[in-house]
Amino acid sequence: MTARADAAAAAPLLDVEGLRVAFDGREVVHGLSLRIMPGECVAIVGESGSGKSVTARSLLGLAGPGSTTTAERLEVLGRDLARAGEREWRGVRGRSIGLILQDALVSLDPLRPIGREIDDALRIHERMPPAERRTRVVDLLDRVGMPDPAAAAGRRSGELSGGLRQRALIAAALALDPPLLIADEPTTALDVTVQARILALLGEIRSRGTGILLISHDLAVVGGLADRILVMRGGRLVEEGPAEQVLRTPRHAYTRALIAAVPTDRARGERLSVSSAPVTGDGGSDDAVRTGDRPAPPARTAVGERPVLRLDGVTKTFPVPGGRLAAVDDVSLDVRRGETLGLVGESGSGKTTVARLALALTAPDAGEVLLDGRPWSSLPERERRPMRRRIGAVYQDALSSFDPRWSVRGILDDALGTVLPRAGRRERDRRVTQLLDQVGLAAPVGARRPLTLSGGQRQRVAIARALAAAPDVLICDEPVSALDVTIQAQILDLLEDLQRRDGLALLFISHDLGVVRHMSDRVAVMRSGRIVETGSSDDVFGSPQHPYTAQLVADAPRLAA
Amino acid sequence: MSELELRQTTVVSAAEHEAPRPARRMPRIGTLLAFAFVAFLAVAAFAPGLVQTHPPNAISAAEAFQAPSFAHWFGTDESGRDVYSRVVAGTGTSLLIGVTATFIGLLLGAVLGVLASFGGRAVDFGVSRLVEVLFAFPGLLLALLVIVIAGPGPVTATIAVGLSTAPGYARIIRGQLVAIRSAPFVESARVLGHAPGRILARHILPNALVPLLVLATLGIGQAIVWASALSYLGLGAQPPAAEWGAMLAAGRTYLGTAWWMTVFPGLMIVGTTVATTVLGRALTRRDQEVR
Repeated sequence: MTARADAAAAAPLLDVEGLRVAFDGREVVHGLSLRIMPGECVAIVGESGSGKSVTARSLLGLAGPGSTTTAERLEVLGRDLARAGEREWRGVRGRSIGLILQDALVSLDPLRPIGREIDDALRIHERMPPAERRTRVVDLLDRVGMPDPAAAAGRRSGELSGGLRQRALIAAALALDPPLLIADEPTTALDVTVQARILALLGEIRSRGTGILLISHDLAVVGGLADRILVMRGGRLVEEGPAEQVLRTPRHAYTRALIAAVPTDRARGERLSVSSAPVTGDGGSDDAVRTGDRPAPPARTAVGERPVLRLDGVTKTFPVPGGRLAAVDDVSLDVRRGETLGLVGESGSGKTTVARLALALTAPDAGEVLLDGRPWSSLPERERRPMRRRIGAVYQDALSSFDPRWSVRGILDDALGTVLPRAGRRERDRRVTQLLDQVGLAAPVGARRPLTLSGGQRQRVAIARALAAAPDVLICDEPVSALDVTIQAQILDLLEDLQRRDGLALLFISHDLGVVRHMSDRVAVMRSGRIVETGSSDDVFGSPQHPYTAQLVADAPRLAA
Repeated sequence: MSELELRQTTVVSAAEHEAPRPARRMPRIGTLLAFAFVAFLAVAAFAPGLVQTHPPNAISAAEAFQAPSFAHWFGTDESGRDVYSRVVAGTGTSLLIGVTATFIGLLLGAVLGVLASFGGRAVDFGVSRLVEVLFAFPGLLLALLVIVIAGPGPVTATIAVGLSTAPGYARIIRGQLVAIRSAPFVESARVLGHAPGRILARHILPNALVPLLVLATLGIGQAIVWASALSYLGLGAQPPAAEWGAMLAAGRTYLGTAWWMTVFPGLMIVGTTVATTVLGRALTRRDQEVR
């Protein structure tokens, strides 16, 4: 520990009591208390709408337009800021508290070199000659593990990868050596291997005596770093305690639901969500906490003998400056009836191109996609069209896959058009209601437009649409990546139920190892367009053969560290 | 339970079952005024007799050049005709020209836009360059060119104005179609196995064209101004037809003595343009809120 940390050991860096934040008279944070000591990492965990980000921003006096922040006590480094004006806050930001935001791409000016961005803080707050500032910038970039820091300082954010951009942001936050760092979802948009490195870096910063307030929706991410965890929900604190205790012996039902929803290291077929009550209102997460008897999941249909969908040595290249890039390079996969094949890989590995090839939305340059052993990708579109209903698709961004002019009922009715082209109004209405029921949506949801639905509800509608034509294969491309963990749990359970009932073959694509492992019978690991390893889910994750898989498994955040 | 309480309970239960729509604001006062003005124009266009005070073409030498008064709200012209009644009589012509010209422009633009976005690379290239060439001419110049070829008159003026607005619509429609054609929801319709014709009719065209209809209401005002300009130059509606542009031209000679002969038809042109534009903007806002 440094001398500074020792001297300040008795005094908290941040001391907040009864923090309330309201927007236009509507209170969103209802009296939060929080203390951070030097060298301590406190995490606030909650789902979207829990008020965690607003809390973080209000600690910097940045709650936003139309907001009123009040607190019984709000002290930063012993300085009372409960009634601070904008002028006073400006002295605090950067110098006393550094902020790391989620999206490094938009948080950095795309037109300026990152060195200049970091230099800003030094130029505004410190009287330092330019030459000294330059060495300091390079020094900071070096500290956050930026390779070749001197050259990197001259690059713009667009020229850096997501992980390096995040490092640059952290360097900017550290520029004035603030005793307290606030990190709002610092790793959310990053691949697991990169995430692991950023979390390690934050751990290192903490060990030098800096206090960290970590905001995240992901308990698993927080678990490895935080000393204490605060669980927030609906603007209130529901549980607080040492990380170990909150994760291992949570007292509050909501915390238990959150932990139960994390799919990492959970056996295939094990339930993740707590309740399966039909979702009617907006508060999807409300249903997750309501404990109740759920009907036993249907028995699994036997996995079929022959593959329904088969990719045979498929290659797809795209033109890039100076040649062609193989987005998918000699990939062979097969999915059988009643089976889930997980396809896991980091961003840019070619997962989505595999999905598009399987859906025959793009034609392979080499190799072939077969449906039931018969040609699929090589058919002319005219002959393929009548068979398209056999493959359904669920995408990450459900909203943009719906015609914005249509209601939920209209969307499902349209999807039934290929199956029941001559059915009467009443027959179709009956089927639509039935589909809504299958995905756990109440009938009145049908009258709404997708825009007015929550993320989980939208994804349910997307699944209902995919099921409308009673497909044999369902291709899910990152179906839960945009959802809160409890909602994610509900959607995963729903997919599993539907597979058990209908014997669907599932191609499940995700960057999230935990999700893939939980969902899949077999797994294929993809990297730079190639399948590096494939096998049963337990084998691949239990004893990975390829070093890349081993790295992925090691870096995946898990609850019990 | 009082009636008010009753109503409150119904509202609450309705709110529980219905979608939480984005709160629809009351229309702005300007929108209401614009709507009232357009309503008046509609009456004047379809049933001018209802709002006219005098026969529009009744000549009375004794009443020539009278200033606005209670008997003649907008005064009288050189032949003693009631300017207000003539302005009303001209509404039908002016609106017809404006609406028809916009429709022609929209239709032509839609044909060009659909050709460009679905006709393949070569057609797209050809159409896009043609549109760019048309863009290079000022709109009114293009209209004058058509009239030079086809001869003056209200019909040619209408067609001329329509033709000269077409490139703008063509470009917007092409952009809309290209964007929507590759939208994820169109792709998901393909995945469902829908035929291209159905996708075009049910997804692509409605999404591309409905915002355009809103835009077209903005174009009507513009078309009326252009048509009036052509009539003012003597290339559109011919005297003694009571068309606003032609009335402006006729009153020009007496601008120093009888200002009302030009000011009131001019005000009608301005009012109509402003009102349709305000309504168009209100429609655009509504369309964006719905999305």
